[in-house]
Amino acid sequence: MSFDIDLTVRRGPRTIAARFATTGGITALFGPSGAGKTSVLDMVAGLLRPDAGRIAVGGEVLFDSAAGIDLPPERRRCGYVFQDLRLFPHRKVRDNLLFGWRRAPPAARWLALDEATAFLGIAHLLERLPASLSGGEAQRVAIGRALLSGPRFLAMDEPLSSLDHARRDEILRVVERIRDELNLPILYVSHERAELDRLGVTAIPLG
Amino acid sequence: MLTAEEWAIVALSLKVSGAAIVLTLPFAFALAWLLARGRFPGKILLDALVHLPLVVPPVITGWLLLLGFGGNGPIGRLCENLFGLTFMFRWTGAALASAIMALPLMVRAIRLSLEAVDRRLESAARTLGAGPWQTFLAITLPLSLPGVLAGAVLGFARSLGEFGATITFVSNIPGETRTLPLAIYAALQMPGSDAAVARLAGLSVLLSLGALVASEWLVRRGGRGEHHVL
Repeated sequence: MSFDIDLTVRRGPRTIAARFATTGGITALFGPSGAGKTSVLDMVAGLLRPDAGRIAVGGEVLFDSAAGIDLPPERRRCGYVFQDLRLFPHRKVRDNLLFGWRRAPPAARWLALDEATAFLGIAHLLERLPASLSGGEAQRVAIGRALLSGPRFLAMDEPLSSLDHARRDEILRVVERIRDELNLPILYVSHERAELDRLGVTAIPLG
Repeated sequence: MLTAEEWAIVALSLKVSGAAIVLTLPFAFALAWLLARGRFPGKILLDALVHLPLVVPPVITGWLLLLGFGGNGPIGRLCENLFGLTFMFRWTGAALASAIMALPLMVRAIRLSLEAVDRRLESAARTLGAGPWQTFLAITLPLSLPGVLAGAVLGFARSLGEFGATITFVSNIPGETRTLPLAIYAALQMPGSDAAVARLAGLSVLLSLGALVASEWLVRRGGRGEHHVL
């Protein structure tokens, strides 16, 4: 499983271009803010359409402008952990976690709810509404929701940015365990070099 | 407390307004969706057209309804031939007039609530495997529902007060088109009916007040006070 990406898109006056092929593990996009890191994640997830290029993950083509392929986001199986989390405010933590799980084909559900909640330490939060969660709790719920949707890869956009130091360490350990125990390819956005050094990533500079 | 005649007037008013809202709600939602989400040429014109009943004299709206839906009107004849539905001098005509007059308020309220839905939540739902239709049902609709209901109740309140277009279009016929405002108008024409007018006016104000409070309550409960219809 790996990322094979070559794409360009115009956003206003700027052109964002990214081209890389990796063999698995964590692939990090880093660069100054405004370099288009989030745009690349959005294009891989299918939320933003590249002007031209090709996106393949683990050999499956998600987008290919030359071949006219453009899978909609719901068919890309991308577990996207957004920088702003985007938990559904009108649904309990349990229903947030199961939102993708319920819609995934049974064969794609490689993780169960109790496994995920134990893995992330959020079993006690299931009946709460997102508005009542702390930053670290909400972050772990967002990661759990993405993992439970049966993804073939993860896209994580600055998953540590809204957290204090102690919480950062906690989420970094979660990311390391996803890398080591779940063996999911991760496309990871950060602008902090130290974070990337610790995770031992393939770093792709942008911008 | 109320006389049989007063009860009949209230019941007719509720029937006319209820039918008007049920008739309008799907159209109002579709228009609100177009105005909130659509990008098409002529959007400003559509927006203005929807709001027209709010600003033109109601007597003109009634006259236009007469031209379109009257016995010789093209739409009126079509409705009669297709569904056996007639509007002239009937409560259905009163409901139609109320519906047209309530439409702008309903579209406004529903549009506000649709615009308040965070589109980023919809894109999150898409990445989690929900298609556009599922995303609408699971995210957009529940998040905008309080505003939609508030819009419906507001439209209902507006319908209860509808006068000018109704009396122009379907006249003032007891038991058929004489809703509360028309009954008050009729009572005013008769000498020595001050008490009757006062009772009907009180009823009318109470009903409208109740609907407005219900509307505002729905918005506050659902939107956590982020936006108001009033």
